Amino acid sequence: MTEESTITIEVDGRALKAAPGAMLIDVCDAAGIHIPRFCYHRKLSLSANCRMCLVEVEKVPRPLPACVTPVNDGMKVTTNSPMAVEAQKGAMEFLLINHPLDCPICDQGGECELQDVALGYGSDASRYAEAKRVVADPDIGPLVATDLTRCIHCTRCVRFGAEIAGIRELGATGRGDHMTIGTYVEHAMGSELAGNVIDLCPVGALTSKPFRFQARAWEMVQRDGIAAHDGVGSNVHYHLRRDQILRVHPKDNEAVNECWLSDRDRFSYQALSAADRLLKPLVKQGGEWRETDWQSALEAAAQGLAQARGDDGNQLGGLLSPSASLEELYLAKKLMRGLGSANLDHRLRQADFRGDPPKVPWLGGPIAELEEQDLVVIIGANPRKDQPLLGHRIRKAAMKGAEVVYFNPLKLDLNYRAAQWVANPRDWVLEVANLAKAAGVRKGVVNKIKVADHHKELFKRLKAADKALVLVGDLAMGHPDYGLLRCLAAQVAEAAGARLGFLTPGANGVGAALLGVTPGEGGLDAQAMLAEPRKGYLLLGIDPGFDLENPAQGLNALMKAECVVALSSFRSPDLETVADVILPLAAAPESAGTFFNIEGTQQGFNGAAPPAGEARPGWKILRVLGNLMNLGGFDFNTPLQVRDEALGMLGDAAPDNGFEPDPALELTLPEAELLRIGELPIYSVDPMVRRAPALQATADAQDAAYLRLNPEDAKRLGFTAGDRITVSQPQARKAVFEARPDPAVPQGAVALCTAIPGSQALAGRFGEVTLEKA
Amino acid sequence: MGFKMQPMTVPEPAPGKDQLFTPEIRAEIDRWIAKYPAEWKQSALMAALVAVQDADTDNNPGWLSQKDLDDVAHYLDLPPIAVYEVATFYSMYELKPVGRHKICVCTNVSCMACGSDEIVSHLEGKLGIKLGQTTEDGHYTLKEVECLGACGGAPMFQIGKQYYENLTPDRVDEILDGLE
Repeated sequence: MTEESTITIEVDGRALKAAPGAMLIDVCDAAGIHIPRFCYHRKLSLSANCRMCLVEVEKVPRPLPACVTPVNDGMKVTTNSPMAVEAQKGAMEFLLINHPLDCPICDQGGECELQDVALGYGSDASRYAEAKRVVADPDIGPLVATDLTRCIHCTRCVRFGAEIAGIRELGATGRGDHMTIGTYVEHAMGSELAGNVIDLCPVGALTSKPFRFQARAWEMVQRDGIAAHDGVGSNVHYHLRRDQILRVHPKDNEAVNECWLSDRDRFSYQALSAADRLLKPLVKQGGEWRETDWQSALEAAAQGLAQARGDDGNQLGGLLSPSASLEELYLAKKLMRGLGSANLDHRLRQADFRGDPPKVPWLGGPIAELEEQDLVVIIGANPRKDQPLLGHRIRKAAMKGAEVVYFNPLKLDLNYRAAQWVANPRDWVLEVANLAKAAGVRKGVVNKIKVADHHKELFKRLKAADKALVLVGDLAMGHPDYGLLRCLAAQVAEAAGARLGFLTPGANGVGAALLGVTPGEGGLDAQAMLAEPRKGYLLLGIDPGFDLENPAQGLNALMKAECVVALSSFRSPDLETVADVILPLAAAPESAGTFFNIEGTQQGFNGAAPPAGEARPGWKILRVLGNLMNLGGFDFNTPLQVRDEALGMLGDAAPDNGFEPDPALELTLPEAELLRIGELPIYSVDPMVRRAPALQATADAQDAAYLRLNPEDAKRLGFTAGDRITVSQPQARKAVFEARPDPAVPQGAVALCTAIPGSQALAGRFGEVTLEKA
Repeated sequence: MGFKMQPMTVPEPAPGKDQLFTPEIRAEIDRWIAKYPAEWKQSALMAALVAVQDADTDNNPGWLSQKDLDDVAHYLDLPPIAVYEVATFYSMYELKPVGRHKICVCTNVSCMACGSDEIVSHLEGKLGIKLGQTTEDGHYTLKEVECLGACGGAPMFQIGKQYYENLTPDRVDEILDGLE
């Protein structure tokens, strides 16, 4: 704001500087002058329908709503003059006419904007003696509860749907006294950001279904944290009563999550009290699991690992969750290296490790800059579901006019207009190769293809675009030709002068890469250490049936191992089958730690709640394990010491997507009648999310359970919706899923998610599948 | 800038629009779409609802079924809720079956002052139904409406698209006898 472009206004006798055309309410908010409001929200369009923010402006004979009144030079405003106060009291009286006096049984009581403002502007008794309106409550899904009799029609939730979530689900139907907010035809909200309407609703009309009736706002304490389910690293407030996390709210951070929170980050806390939460150390003795004390469990783990190791450290392998904290990853790495093992990886869902890997893959730029892009090419990802708040930023760019082009093996359900180039998993790689050829790449796979005009045009636009970004995501990483896809994407970005970005896995994918939680010299990667079984494994924060790219192969290798030591927050049948010692691990909200989010920002957090049962933070478990195995340098007393040593080791290492593309990489995925597409569903990403009942009840989670195939393929194979289909993959057990014909899946492909119940029996996320009726 | 300034639309136009309604209705809706900028198909919504309501889409003209509303949303590439909002806001859209003749009696200020109460009670007595109801044989629906802008001829009612003014009970009998 330069001096010429600012104007001066006077509010309640204070002179304020403002940008011309700014809305009065924003100027007052910035100066800390409070004006009551309900419908206004800084992230939503202005509707000025609640009339609560009426103020007096000099020379204007009537009160004006501050939210839609642009400021002018010399404007004199009073927010508390008799006229303003009378207007505000009048608005309040009207709002309260139909509002029930049910605060004692309302979940919003104590943190209700209407209640607060009524205290200041309401009358102690109502002049309204007639009957109040009653509205039936529709069921809008497992996340948001409705009490629409309390609704004051601010329409924040309606505008949120249209402007932020990108799907208009809630609307205002009827008119006047009969106006109600709802879906009209009862159905569940399908947005992955739906939970935000709970925060937006100024009254108790929309409240959290999993949380409702559990606690009052004033009974809870608030602690800060970082959400642990995707690379965004959303800043959150945990609300606890008696040391139990009862709900999660977003904490404003414009650079990361703005004021929003994805439903995944909001409701995953439910898993902290899951029935299969591991509360005590478990040791397998003679094939039987026994609960034991920490000392014996740690000794069993140390002994087991030492025996499996023998004289060769490389007989051990470490598979670490990309959502583990920097401290946990650092100590796990130190432990494995101390034992002489170079076999370490966090890229558990990656299928192909050919070629030079990017040094430290990351988003390629700040999260906030996503929304300023002119052209975004997305290869093998669905940001809307993979990292919902990155999806939201990309949608913002699209709404501002950016072109978004998807290269995926199946069509996505998007909330903005974008080009989607869909081809079966094999042809998809060739589509990307086509774009690379248009970009001037001449070596390798591109030799065998003929470049199409639309690829040339896309490349031209990509080159011409001021801010262009090529993003590579989870579906590409799970592809057996990821090395090739990555190489092609990098060449396209390079030739176009566009930025390259990776949608890295987990909450701390960037931190893991910075730390080098990757194979050391001569070490084996996540695939190789399971393809060439080791004698001992260390698992950190993973469930091997769900968190590995090829669970059939993984479970097999772990089964054969002499000793598998797992640090896990939960029990699980697969873990109990393969492991020998399971040590109860504190979940992310229960432990102090550090994440590097996808843009490389370091975000530290403290444990918000005490660990359940006898669970302990990962750094403590690994510290004792290191000491028990007589490895030096494990004498830490606080997580800060671990962090400082880890950060010291990082030095000035920074995220870096640079790597040497290898043009000799070949397309390895064979042609087949049917190729699997193993999407990672939004509510299956980690053990916590999979145990949140509210999230599992959403349509996103339920739909992921189906085997989807193109209606033409279904007809050809004689399958109809609802048929039970037996799926077989080479080197895997059979599994049965329910068929659902879906035109979003191209012909020759079968969409069958990874990390869903039943998928543990299957092999890789892509590759040949055979189907038959069960 | 919010959704009120931007055309409301679904991210991707759905195929199969040529299967909706009849060629005549599609032509009528298209005529209205053509009056507005191409991205503002939303502007044709009210006219589209009128066209569909008046037509005999499901052997029961005069009202909009749930399917009609969804088809209009599909045809105009609108989120269905946007159609529900408009259809529930305006009283001339019928969301339940109505009789063959919809008698809309104005009871607003001018008509009331000129005796609309008498017209209403005469109609209720004659047809044996109350305001808002439909006769059992499905011939008549009696509806109370707000001002139809014919105060000069108060009291008045509207049947179909026809206004009848300066009503008296005798005149009402005459009009109803003249209907099919």
